[in-house]
Order: sequence, then structure tokens, then C-alpha cells
Amino acid sequence: MPKKPRLAVFKFASCDGCQLQVLDAQDSLLAIAERVEIAHFPEARSQSLAGPYDIGLVEGSISTPADIARIQEIRRECRFLVTIGACATAGGIQALRNWCRIDEVVGSVYASPVYVESLAQSTPISEHVPVDFELRGCPIDTGQLVELITAVVIGRQPRVPRHSVCVECKEAGTVCVTVAHGIACLGPATQAGCGAICPAHGRECFGCYGPAEQPNLVSLTGFYEHRGTPRPHLARLVRSFNAWAPDFRHEGDRLEHGTGADSP
Amino acid sequence: MLPCTPAADSLEWLARPALQALIDALTARGHRVVGPQVADGAVVYRDLADVNQLPAGWLDEQDGGHYRLRRDDAAGWFDHVVGPHSLKNFLFPPREPIQRLVREDGTWREEPAPQEQQPLAVIGVRACDLAALRVQDRVFLHGGHVDVAYQARREKLFVVAVNCRRAAATCFCHSMKCGPAATHSFDLALTEAGNRFAVEIGSERGREILSALGTAGLLTPCTADEADRVRTIPHDLERTMHARVAEPGVPRPRSLDTDGIRDLLYDNLEHPRWRVVADRCLSCANCTLVCPTCFCSSVEEVADLSGDDVTRERRWASCFTLAHSQMHSGAVHATVASRYRQWLTHKLAGWIDQFGTSGCTGCGRCITWCPVAIDLTEEVAMIRESAPP
Amino acid sequence: MNSMNSLNSTHAMSPSASAGMQGQVQGHVQCQGHSPWQLQATRIAAIREEAPGVRTYSLTFAPRGPRPSFRFAAGQFNMVSLPGIGEAAISITSDPESLSGIAHTVHAVGSVTRALARLEVGDELLLRGPYGVPWPLADLRDRDLVLVAGGLGLASLLSAIAFCMTHRGDYGRITVLSGAKTPVYLLATNHHHRWRDHGIDVHCIVTDPDPRWRGPVGLVSMLLDSLTIDPDATSLLCCGPEPMMIAVAEQANARGIAREQIFVSIERLMGCASGLCGLCQLGPFFVCRDGPVFSYDRIARWLAVPHL
Repeated sequence: MPKKPRLAVFKFASCDGCQLQVLDAQDSLLAIAERVEIAHFPEARSQSLAGPYDIGLVEGSISTPADIARIQEIRRECRFLVTIGACATAGGIQALRNWCRIDEVVGSVYASPVYVESLAQSTPISEHVPVDFELRGCPIDTGQLVELITAVVIGRQPRVPRHSVCVECKEAGTVCVTVAHGIACLGPATQAGCGAICPAHGRECFGCYGPAEQPNLVSLTGFYEHRGTPRPHLARLVRSFNAWAPDFRHEGDRLEHGTGADSP
Repeated sequence: MLPCTPAADSLEWLARPALQALIDALTARGHRVVGPQVADGAVVYRDLADVNQLPAGWLDEQDGGHYRLRRDDAAGWFDHVVGPHSLKNFLFPPREPIQRLVREDGTWREEPAPQEQQPLAVIGVRACDLAALRVQDRVFLHGGHVDVAYQARREKLFVVAVNCRRAAATCFCHSMKCGPAATHSFDLALTEAGNRFAVEIGSERGREILSALGTAGLLTPCTADEADRVRTIPHDLERTMHARVAEPGVPRPRSLDTDGIRDLLYDNLEHPRWRVVADRCLSCANCTLVCPTCFCSSVEEVADLSGDDVTRERRWASCFTLAHSQMHSGAVHATVASRYRQWLTHKLAGWIDQFGTSGCTGCGRCITWCPVAIDLTEEVAMIRESAPP
Repeated sequence: MNSMNSLNSTHAMSPSASAGMQGQVQGHVQCQGHSPWQLQATRIAAIREEAPGVRTYSLTFAPRGPRPSFRFAAGQFNMVSLPGIGEAAISITSDPESLSGIAHTVHAVGSVTRALARLEVGDELLLRGPYGVPWPLADLRDRDLVLVAGGLGLASLLSAIAFCMTHRGDYGRITVLSGAKTPVYLLATNHHHRWRDHGIDVHCIVTDPDPRWRGPVGLVSMLLDSLTIDPDATSLLCCGPEPMMIAVAEQANARGIAREQIFVSIERLMGCASGLCGLCQLGPFFVCRDGPVFSYDRIARWLAVPHL
């Protein structure tokens, strides 16, 4: 029998929510453990086996100088490196500080900021090392994670669609909150994967899975504004978990500063 | 009293509350009965057990990217028009297993994929959706191959149509010659008049079930004069739709000039309008997913971790996604403009070559449910207006 | 519970299989009451390395003996099916009249073809087919044939060449023009002497020569340029990247070959291969059903539009 692929899970600046999604895979996790050797997963297992690893799952963003060195080392240890979650793929909610002065942020939070060594920006892993695959979401979807591991084990491309959340709403028969209630929803510009949970509960999509393929944010926010949603509300909508993802970042800047296509 | 056996060309009156008896009769015959209901701010198809679940007294206001329900106590039980759901959601479901393959000792064998067995009855189907049913029949039953799963569901389907008495601004079935009168593909058709329905028979199964209602004393004969008056209702609406004109302050009534539309679109594949609409188009796929005729699908391989137990699932696909045309060399429809063009030219032109019918029935769903109110009737009009001679 | 062998016998009923005789396949076929997803089991009898990442898989349909029901025409394709991975449309490269099995020549570039590259001799391989409109060889009797291939496009023409060798007397001059990026991607060079023995001219050209290359350098259209043809008596069959096919077809047309006598084989993403899934559309056509082989007069206007 061929050797089991070795899996490692690493954490950077993050809330651990994505790692919890790994644990939440439950029955699938047992199946994964049968097919894959979980060699390093501090959240789940105190024993840690040294690298190299076949699959590395990286949660969290690069936020400190030490992170920069550590991710290089992890990259060298992992044959197939997967970033999981909005922090690792886009910088996370903590990337909101990228629009602020870091000393002011640190000073307003910590009593003795002298001990805090923090980079001025929170950035995705892919800004520092090559990444083989990105699993989006805040948090990631357990089903997509199992699909990813299955695909890597079987040896095919993971089936993680890049289309909009709208596809999932329509598959589920969910009534569109934008059209039927006039709610400004980020779904048409957001990548599917969550199963369109929020619209199913009458709420807008908050963009947890980041930008969909070729998103047309200028058209979407322009239409919402035309129908009466205030611009600051729209700016906040794209400035959340995936604020630093380039498509959302540029749209947030455009909405905030009036720069871009429709600026006067 | 002699049991009433309705003739095909006659109409029978059914008192509105007695529609419950029809639901019960369909249920008793083993059908899953589905009908329009108000949920989450729209009229959608849901399982229907009780006539009180029907959207009595609700009207829908539709426009580009806009759908709102409002109460109107004068409205009947079916005076809403079409919501986001159509027969497609049931006959061509968003995902369905088509094949299960299990590997043992390096050899694959096929296990039968589970199939929905319960026959479906749908109440409240409009003429545009009957037309869509006929279009999907051409695709799945009379194209190259027969889609066996669709065929199984289709053969058992019981359709209770409803003649529209009202049109939304987004409705343009009159342009597509698909409505508003229900003229085919139904087992029974209802026309609401006062506190009762005039029931028309469209099939032997329809006649059989209506006979049962007659036996129960629930039908009263419709006089020739009454039948004539009932039959004019959708035709009066059709005339009204043809006469509609844009007025300030209310949604613009839609129509589509279909004259030479196939060649118009084929001759304008590089028209600048495609790029104009691409500036607005979100490529979100909503129009294709609410369209009652769009039939594109892709197959996904759902495997367990061993890779030895694989279910092939057919899922809705949309020409607005890059995956729809993805090849090793990249997506063929790489730009939003090329994807919108693919959708519109296929719907209004390619379909005619492929299936001998337009793919559009004028239901207007793609207009209403586009989050940014893109309107295909407007896009075609713009191309027609500025097409080189 | 069905075994694949019993699926085989079901497939024998398929009109699409029985219609796969040379010259008899006319567009799509009716296939009542038959699942388009039905698979046939084959065994990999041999694997031949053609070029880096390119392999030819020889397949047999039963443990022993000739293939019972599978008949195809040159230019048709199969959906090669790897459960859990996916399916891919791949042209059949073997002699349509050989009874010893079929062959596929595959470049490992996608999920399915890379997984295929991990299979070994003796492994089972599932497929369904044959599909599509073949090269119209039966209609081209007594004509001169020019077969123009760009890179892996030759795979789709190999079965046509095999057919022409068997029926050599039915055709006039036959010329194969094969172009590739580098010499190693000129497929089937080991067959050239056999083709020449059957009176088929072969000319090769590459864009990126290696030090040992002694042939011409440039695009395959240059070979066509220097070829003496009788335009009224010549039919041209072309398979390769789309821009190359357009260039070759336009050039052939400019040299007097009628558009009706120029045939190209189109590639698109295919799902069902049966005209049900809508993925492979090009203008009014389903490439799986109305193609992949089209005469240039039918397809030129659609090929000319970018991103169509």
C-alpha cells in the first residue's frame, strides 16, 4: 500500500475558526484520517511530526515580522500549499488596519505598545510565497475542505467553483433579497461556497468568500446607490472580511474617495 | 342524479373552495402537489396541501431588478403572475444524480442512480410556462438524445394551468406568441371568474379527475354564453398587452419585436452594444437560472475519499460562468460581453436552429430577477435600432 | 446492479454505435430510451510514449477477441471517463476498420488526461461513444486529399490516414502536412514510411527547430503554400489550433479550393456529447453533435467571431 499523504495545518494571524471547520468535518475527518496522515495539527493533536508534508493547510494572515520568516519555512516543507479562509487568502478582517496608521491602532488597543511587533499591513499568504490553491471563506466550508483533500488524494483539480453566490441562491430556490426586498447584497460579486446562507435567512451576502470571477462591482454598487443605498453603507459592505482582496479593496477605495470609473 | 362527465370542449364551474377537492384528489392519486404560495416576499412554488396556502389577494409588481408583493382585497387567488420559480425547478432540478459507479478489484460497476418516483402535480401554471415546458420537451425529449430522468418526470406530470387575467410590466408573452391564454400542455386549465373557476379539460387524465369531482357534485355546467365570456378573458388581456404604452411613473410595459430576430442577432455578433451591456452585466447567472427554458448543465464527480464510490451529479450550468466554456487554452467566452452575447443569441436565435423554436417565452423573469435590471427586450431593441442596414 | 459487460451489450443496441460506419453518420442520431451516460469498459492493452506528455493508449473491449459492438468512423471521438475525476472528449486515432481495438492519443494537460497518464497496461478504462460527425471520406472518393495537422491535431487525422491507406485506390493524390512547435511534437513520425509506402506524401515543419532538425522551419501554412494542387480536384482536411485552422482554410480557399471542400475539426468543452448539456455551442451548432468536423462554408462565419 502506498504511503499516506502527510497533512499539516499551520496558523498565522486568525481566529482559529477555519481550523475549527477542519475539526467540524466530523465523520469526514475520520475518513480523512484513514487516507491522510495528520502529521501536524496543533489545534487537534499535541504530537507533531516533522516535515516535509504533502499537503499544508495555512490559516491566517501575515501580520508580524516573524510570520514572514515562518511562512517561507513552511513553503519549503509543503509540496502542495493551500491557504484556507479569508485571513490567509485576503488578509482577513485585521487587514482593515491597512487603511490606518499602525502606531495609532496599536496605541489605541494596547497599554504598552512597545512590546507589540506588528507589520503595518496584514497581508495574504500569497503576497509572500507561491500558493497552490486557495480555499476561500470566513470561515471556510467544511464540504469544500473535504472536497479539496479528496481531490488532492485522488489527483484531480478541486471542484471549487468561482461563480457567484447567486447560483447557490437559485439552486436552493431562495428568493433574491435584492430584487424582492431592495437589500444591497454582495452576492452577485461574491464567490459561491457557503451555500448562500445569509440570503436564505433574508439577509444580504457579506462577501465572506471574496470576489467571484470577473466581478463587476462598479455596476453593482452603482445600481444600489441609484436605488437609494448610501455610498458609505456600500463601502462598508466591501470593507469586511475580504477588504484587502484586490477587487473589493479597489471598490472600497473608489466608493470612499470617489476615485474610479464614475468619479466626477 | 347522473354523474357529470365533462366533454372536452365544454367548461365546468368549480366553486373556489372546491379547488381543495382537486388538491385532495391529486394527492389521493399519489401526486406530490405543488402550487404558488407567498414566501420570503415572493410567490414561489411550494408543496400545497390546503387552498388557504394559495396567494389569494396578493398582486406582484414587477420591473427590471424589482419585485414587490402588495395586498389587494379585490384580487383573486391567482392574480399574481410568475414568480422566480418555474416548472424547470422540478422537471430539470438544479442538481440530480445521473450515475453511481463503484469500483471493486480495479473494475467499475454501475449502481442505479436513485430517482424521484413520485408523480408531480403543479397548480397555477401560466401560458408562458406551458410554452417553456414545450420548449424543454424539445430539448430533452426530441433533441439528439432522450433525457430519461426528465422523460420519467414529464410523463407523470399533471398540470393545472391558470389563464392570466393580469400582466406584469415585465410580461411579454404576447410578443412571443406564448400567451396569455393557456392553449396546450395542460391537463386542466382554470379561469378565475368571480368566486369560481371555469375548468377546461386538456387531457384524458384531466377528464378523469374532473369526472371524479363531478361525481362528488362539485361541478356545475357552464352555459355557452358563460363559456364564451370566460374564453375571452385571456384574449382581452392579450389585446390589452398589445396596446400597452409607456407612461410616466409606472414600469415600462415590455414587448419584443421578433421580426427577423434570428438574422438580426447573427448579423450583429460584433455590435458595440454587447460591450455596453457588459459594463452593466454582473455575470452573476441569475437570468439563466430563473429562465424556464435554459437547459445547460455540467456533471460533477462526487467521490468518497477512497475514490471507489463515485456519484455523477448533473448540475445547472450557466453560460455566464467561465467554467461553461473552459478549455485547456482558456475560456472561449472569456469576456462578459461574449457571455451575454452567447446567452441572448442562443436564446433568441440559436434555439431556432437547434430546436425549431425560440428559447424565450416572454415570461420576463430574466428582467425582474436581474439584480441590475438588464432587460433583454431593450438590448434587442437597441441592436435593432443601430444595426447596420 | 449492472456490470459494465452487460452495459456493453446494451450499448450494442445504440444507433449511435451502429451508425458509426464510414460515410453513414449524418449529424445527430435518435437514441430513444437510452441513457446518454452509459459507459463501456475497455482494457488498456498497450501504452506508447509519443512525445513528452503525449501517449497513445491501445484499448480492447473484451478480455479476448475483437470488439463486439463498437464501430466508429474516422474523425469521431469518445468521451473518456475516469470516475471521480471527470470525462474528456478525445478523438479516436486508430484504423476504423481494424477489429483489434481502438486507440486514443492523449496529451496530459487537464485533470482527466493527467489522471489517464497515471493508468497502466491492464487497467480498466471506461468510455462512451463514438460521437460526432466524422471526416466525410466516403464523399471524397476520386479526389486529391490534403491533410493538414497542427501539433496534436494530427491525432484526429490519424484514423483518416489509416482509412485512406486501406482504400488507397479510391483517392487521388494524398498529402499529409504536419506542423508542430518542436520536432518531438511531430506525432506519428514512425508511421511516415508506411504512409509513403501507400503513396501518401508527408511533409513536416516546425517553428522551434532543435539542432538536429533538417526540415523546413515555420508554420504549416508555408508547406501548403509550396504544394502544387489542382484546386478543383482537391479536398482539404485540417485539425489543429483554431487560429491555425482558420489561416490554413483561408489560404486553401484563396488558392481555389472551394469552402465546401475544406473541412476542419473543432474543439470545445464537452459535457454530455449528446446535445443535451449546451456547453459546446458555437453559433447555432452543438459541436458534439453537429461537428466536430464541419465544412468550412458552414463554420467560417462563426469561427471568425472572437470569443463566440
